[in-house]
Amino acid sequence: MSDWVEACAAGDIDEEDVMRFDHAGRTFAIYRSPDDQYFATDGLCTHEKVHLADGLVMDDIIECPKHNGRFNYKTGDARGAPVCVNLRTYPVKVDAGKILIQIG
Amino acid sequence: MTAITSSAASPRDYSLTGRDTRLAVENGLAAAEWYHTDIPRKQMKELMQRSDQPAIRDTVIWLAAFVVSAAGGIWFWGSWWCVPFFFVYGTLYGSSTDSRWHECGHGTAFRTQWMNDAIYQLACFMIMRNPVTWRWSHTRHHTDTIIVGRDPEIAVMRPPDLLRVVLNFFGIFDAWHAMVDMLRNAAGVISAAEKTFIPEQEQPKAIRVARIWLAIYFATIALAFYLHSWLPLMLVGLPRLYGAWHHVMTGLLQHGGLADNVIDHRLNSRTVLMNPISRFIYWNMNYHVEHHMFPMVPYHALPKLHEMIKHDLPAPTPSILAGYREMIPAFLRQLRNEDYFLKRALPPTAKPYREDLHNDKPVAVAAE
Repeated sequence: MSDWVEACAAGDIDEEDVMRFDHAGRTFAIYRSPDDQYFATDGLCTHEKVHLADGLVMDDIIECPKHNGRFNYKTGDARGAPVCVNLRTYPVKVDAGKILIQIG
Repeated sequence: MTAITSSAASPRDYSLTGRDTRLAVENGLAAAEWYHTDIPRKQMKELMQRSDQPAIRDTVIWLAAFVVSAAGGIWFWGSWWCVPFFFVYGTLYGSSTDSRWHECGHGTAFRTQWMNDAIYQLACFMIMRNPVTWRWSHTRHHTDTIIVGRDPEIAVMRPPDLLRVVLNFFGIFDAWHAMVDMLRNAAGVISAAEKTFIPEQEQPKAIRVARIWLAIYFATIALAFYLHSWLPLMLVGLPRLYGAWHHVMTGLLQHGGLADNVIDHRLNSRTVLMNPISRFIYWNMNYHVEHHMFPMVPYHALPKLHEMIKHDLPAPTPSILAGYREMIPAFLRQLRNEDYFLKRALPPTAKPYREDLHNDKPVAVAAE
């Protein structure tokens, strides 16, 4: 059973940027890529539980603000030390200007 | 600046598997949430932006200086004229590499990752820091900055070992331990302390690098014997000793004499204003409070970050000399009382320290 949850308006996130979204005691990161697509992952770095929404988006990479660990936010793949564990990703859709993420 | 003596019960245990490691975890000092100055997201994004251009410019100058100084040293080898060339070469080799491995290890110097990786590997070799071990130890240093029992990169422990500090201006203590660590890693042994911060899957990489380095040093020594000359070692290995002075001089200022076991970088780190040559060698790491608070900001943006948040930070130390004038007396006091430290005064515009979070309950306070 999965639910689509409204996270924010599409315009709330700048291109090549990330925003934090908290829901039901969990935290997520919503991304807008340079080519204007939206993605979602767990909000905390798998290394030391730092909010990725404070990090830097470069192309398809999110860099953690604490230790500069890198993930591909489209696939969740860990891409650079000190992160070793992949990030969980979530389906995203845009509906009537709203960003919805499917939280399993 | 205020000098404080706190009332800790017993000497510190700096091992990463000992009593203070357990205490740091129990007291919430391990992997804690640290204070940082509020910066609007838009400005923070601008500060964090990566660019290849500044680091390429600096690296071209840096490599050119290596080539010119090495060529001069070789050309004038056997006469006193080689001394100034080797002074420059050694400072580049044994000191500027400290900031290069550091910045490239953070991945902030260049936007292009392979450039960070290439300079990181080269600089690690010259400064004799295993690129795998030090990547992970530095991660811990940023998680638990100057937390006793957790931070593997505390340069001056309390009470200070001043002989070690002086010897390190010539690289002696650090290089000796680096060679021992290299031989141990090359033999396939990862120490208990290293195992606390290097993930298991990364440990074979540390061993592989140590073996490659060992082969390079053997080849250099063999060449020196073949040529009946010290010259190969003057170019590879020995500059880590005769050129270490600048990185030790600047490195000690980062945290020396300041608080430990606190979770506010304004209390345990020092920003020092310094001359442009030192800032080139040090790649702006003199903005050390700013770097620790926001490690995502590249070295070339740290002066701008400093201007943006200085209202919330202790006043920067005005010079290297001023830094030593406050730090050396603090080290000497710590010989008699290891709980003594320098508490940084905040400007009226700053958010106050969370005293309840910090282990600095004073029993004696003296304004300096």
